[in-house]
Amino acid sequence: MTHIIEAHGVTKKFKDFTAVNNISFTVNKGEIFAFLGPNGAGKTTTIKMLTTLLRPTEGKIKLDGHDPVHEQSDARRSFGIVFQDPSLDDELTAQENMELHAALYSVPKDIRKTRLEELLHFVDLWDRKNSLVKEFSGGMKRRLEIARSLLHHPKILFLDEPTIGLDPQTRNHLWDYVGKLNKEEGITVFLTTHYMEEADKVAHRVAIIDHGNIVATGTPEELKKQTETKTLEEAFLKLTGNAIRDEGANAMEGMRQARKMWRR
Amino acid sequence: MSTIYILWLRQLKRYSRSKARMIGSLGQPLLFLVALGYGFGPIYEKAGQGNYIDFIAPGVIAMSILFTAVFSGIEIIWDRQFGFLKETLVAPVSRTTIMIGRTLGGATVAMIQGIIIFLITLLIGFRPESLALLPVAFVFMALIAIMFTALGTAIACVLEDMQAFPLIMNFLVMPLFFLSGAMFPLKDLPGPIAVLTRLDPMSYGVDGLRGALIGMMEFGYATDLAVLVIISAILLAIGSWLFSRIQV
Ligand SMILES: Nc1ncnc2c1ncn2[C@@H]1O[C@H](COP(=O)(O)OP(=O)(O)O)[C@@H](O)[C@H]1O
Ligand SMILES: [Mg+2]
Repeated sequence: MTHIIEAHGVTKKFKDFTAVNNISFTVNKGEIFAFLGPNGAGKTTTIKMLTTLLRPTEGKIKLDGHDPVHEQSDARRSFGIVFQDPSLDDELTAQENMELHAALYSVPKDIRKTRLEELLHFVDLWDRKNSLVKEFSGGMKRRLEIARSLLHHPKILFLDEPTIGLDPQTRNHLWDYVGKLNKEEGITVFLTTHYMEEADKVAHRVAIIDHGNIVATGTPEELKKQTETKTLEEAFLKLTGNAIRDEGANAMEGMRQARKMWRR
Repeated sequence: MSTIYILWLRQLKRYSRSKARMIGSLGQPLLFLVALGYGFGPIYEKAGQGNYIDFIAPGVIAMSILFTAVFSGIEIIWDRQFGFLKETLVAPVSRTTIMIGRTLGGATVAMIQGIIIFLITLLIGFRPESLALLPVAFVFMALIAIMFTALGTAIACVLEDMQAFPLIMNFLVMPLFFLSGAMFPLKDLPGPIAVLTRLDPMSYGVDGLRGALIGMMEFGYATDLAVLVIISAILLAIGSWLFSRIQV
């Protein structure tokens, strides 16, 4: 089996704080791989290193055969990403956001139109294509980001907590969609989530990360067997302990949000 | 190429959709034009210097370009806070290309703002000396716009959020403006002020623009052009370098 993502001994330090500590893992081509961990475990930091946004302090990464540090353009072409925080231009319409993405990724003009229409239908936003994004609900924005991330036919799709803040219907719909994409287009999916039952349902393999260390990898079944538990959630709690985490990362985010509102 | 175009277009769309911003940023130049034009005009004219409105019209046009350009450049901070910046940073295009697209977009917006002020000065009675020199005036407007958009971008790359914005307005943009000769002639100034005005790149933009519009100059076109082009190139290079190091 070919590995489409490889990480060897990857470490990320922010000053003297180690956010990700010497982790290694591989993701197989065509697999749905879930990265699970409590708040502040290092999931987003790992995704940022995989997607060229942060340089690892140490270690080697390969993304579809390319090094995200030295072959940025090739690495970037290989993936689509839905970030944990919003990344749309609110002052543009849904369609304009899509067109901007298509131009950034040099999607050929003839493919662009059909693909754009297909994807907006797929996420149920075709009727709203001319609305400004700032008029969208959280769920609609998420769906648009997913459509956008697929516009350039990426081989790998990164989803960083894509269902946070969505209602159960939308969450279900989204995972069905991800499953379908994976099956029909063979896209490799690398996702992080807080919701264990979602990972249990959709992921072929999971890695559990805590305090920057990977504490377990395997199929959901393997992890349940290894910990002698019935659900992935119980397995997760057994592996990471019951202590409530410092919500440092989220508190920081919250403050930033508040400041934004203040300023508007 | 299409990247530069789409990022340029994005900024024009954002600008045209934000009427409040467009109208709001006309307020200050208009205030200067009216308050100073009619307030100081009589003194200036008594001193035998000619029509003060004619004198400050180019200065006020340059000022509105300066403010809009710095602000457009600084907009990157917003893109960073609202998250859109990430979308451009993971795209398979070089950061220099992104930087160029943004700078041209911001500079175009500043240019449009300058042209609107120019039209308003015409309404209140300003008459450029020669129509043939209008293209030269536009070249200087564009150079001022590019130079200060690049400056704004470079500053934005090193700031985390908008909290330092008033600091930048008060200790950088306002001095750039007041020391530029936009409001008073640079001739016969006392020593230290004369030095400061000559260190201010904005002075050369104002000088070129005023030369083209009313035929009054201190440094001459060659000096003005050389200074503006060189400073713009330096600021663009610094901005690109800082932008390439942004991590989110
Ligand atoms: N830019 C940064 N500077 C300093 N610390 C950071 C930065 N980004 C993340 N961290 C810290 O690294 C840790 C991991 O964060 P993150 O990867 O966002 O966690 P997760 O996504 O798993 O919730 C947290 O403790 C967070 O506060
Ligand atoms: Mg996270």
